[in-house]
Amino acid sequence: MPQTAQQPPALELLRAEARIGRRTIWSDANVRIGQGEFVAVLGPNGAGKSTLIKAALGLQPLSAGQIRVIGAAPGRANGQIGYLPQRRSFDASMRIRGVDVVRLGLDGHRWGVPLLGIFGGPRQRQAEARVAEVVELVGAGSYAERPIGELSGGEQQRLLIAQALAPRPQLLLLDEPLDSLDLTNQSSVAALIRQICRDEGVTVIMVAHDVNPILGYLDKVVYIAHGGIVAGKPRDIITSEMLTRLYGVPIEVLKAANGRLVVVGEPEAPAAHGNRHVR
Amino acid sequence: MFDSLNQIFTYHFMVNAFRAGTIVAIAAGIIGWFMVLRRQSFGGHTLAVVAFPGAAAATLLGVSATFGFFAFSISAALIIAIASKRGGQPGAALSEESAVIGTVQAFALAAGFLFVSLYHGALNGVNSLLFGSFLGINDSQVVTLLIVGLISLAALAVMGRPLLFAATDPDVALARRVPVRMLSVAFLVLLGLAAAEVSQITGALLAFALLVLPPATAQLLTPNPVLSITLAVAIGLAVTWLSLIVAFYSPYPLGFFITTFAFAGYLLALIWRRSARRRYVAQ
Ligand SMILES: Nc1ncnc2c1ncn2[C@@H]1O[C@H](COP(=O)(O)OP(=O)(O)O)[C@@H](O)[C@H]1O
Ligand SMILES: [Mg+2]
Repeated sequence: MPQTAQQPPALELLRAEARIGRRTIWSDANVRIGQGEFVAVLGPNGAGKSTLIKAALGLQPLSAGQIRVIGAAPGRANGQIGYLPQRRSFDASMRIRGVDVVRLGLDGHRWGVPLLGIFGGPRQRQAEARVAEVVELVGAGSYAERPIGELSGGEQQRLLIAQALAPRPQLLLLDEPLDSLDLTNQSSVAALIRQICRDEGVTVIMVAHDVNPILGYLDKVVYIAHGGIVAGKPRDIITSEMLTRLYGVPIEVLKAANGRLVVVGEPEAPAAHGNRHVR
Repeated sequence: MFDSLNQIFTYHFMVNAFRAGTIVAIAAGIIGWFMVLRRQSFGGHTLAVVAFPGAAAATLLGVSATFGFFAFSISAALIIAIASKRGGQPGAALSEESAVIGTVQAFALAAGFLFVSLYHGALNGVNSLLFGSFLGINDSQVVTLLIVGLISLAALAVMGRPLLFAATDPDVALARRVPVRMLSVAFLVLLGLAAAEVSQITGALLAFALLVLPPATAQLLTPNPVLSITLAVAIGLAVTWLSLIVAFYSPYPLGFFITTFAFAGYLLALIWRRSARRRYVAQ
């Protein structure tokens, strides 16, 4: 993908290891993701996908090795990162509007009076214009003024993507953004994310439960299982040989007639196929 | 009508009651708005209840009751913040925080009754400590309320935006380097100040009426934060002023009227919301 020599990689891990308590989640991770790439992070539940995202944000310190995010130490570049945490939905009683949630993504971290835009300075108008722009971009215009708690999961998810996009990040870290969406919404939100990656030139690193809705868009996959991490082109990683080596037990990757990939024999919860009932 | 209002304001204690009520309604409306959004109403109520032993202890020690209100509410805020270590943090166990808050509340009431009985029954202000009174608010108490109110609103103006961020979206706020934990402690202290202010008007047990009901009513009426905060203050002021006027002409306690009017407003808003939603669905 487009990447000039002087641009630092969006994410780089060198012999990285993460521990929670005394448990090693993954180790010896070597990953390099260039700017502008669309990347999926795959693996069974509990493999450490969210841990990787948190490590990139500086919220989970490494126990060994190195991690660089947009050329800086983790946490340093968070102003350039749009983050969407896993499984987040708003309480029905949350009585603030979708646009307010989006606006917080733009300047919620700044000290000062909250959303008191009644005097409408130039900075205020700029901020409002940006909020309107990203709300339009994710197609949330018709419901962004409604209380966020009353919206459906898909509508909330679009607004949260708009929130993450509002400060014009270079990197989007999305933790299972398609989770809890119905199939129609899954493919339309996936298409939206891919469009953002292409049109806005944003690097997207996205944890996915099912690779199939995004398989056609991906530049790279990062596969986490059994304490190990492998990264590369989807056709090099999602293969019987690679997954067998990663898991240490025989795994078979089948290609269905419609192009969908089905992973067979995966221990624990399945990650690369659509069976969402096994947890 | 205007004659009777003029008549009210010929009494200095009524002028002071209006001054104090106005200050308290504004501070409670704004701080309470954040409290309702952060779902900390139980904590807010407890911090107000704590004002009762605070005032009783102050009377027992012969210092100003106002001092007792603030000292106890702030201490309780810090105890709740420290004891529920992860309180306000993403993924914090709410039940753990509730257990701490409930314990503090029970202990506060028990201590209050202990202090009252230590005073050998001569503490005839118990009713007004618990259920509010508008008599005998002196000039210096008004000044204290004003200063504390201004300081807490100034603090809220500084931390309001990240506080809103941390309330709606703690994980993202943390990733954006918002000091979520520090804000949650600071807000509890502000809430302690506001609760102590309100209890001086409504009494320790009825602070809910000004701290929770006007913001909750406003949030039912509009999801627009600026409008909602403004409404919370307006409702609080209307309830307080109306209650003071009615209480002046009636033999019944002020706290009863504040609670009744505030709750009536909340009910009306609830009914309006229900019917508005039915219209929306019917469309
Ligand atoms: N705060 C925590 N305390 C203890 N264990 C944790 C914590 N967070 C995650 N873990 C454990 O770390 C492992 C990896 O978690 P996570 O990165 O969330 O997995 P994934 O996102 O791939 O499902 C899991 O086994 C999980 O139980
Ligand atoms: Mg996860």
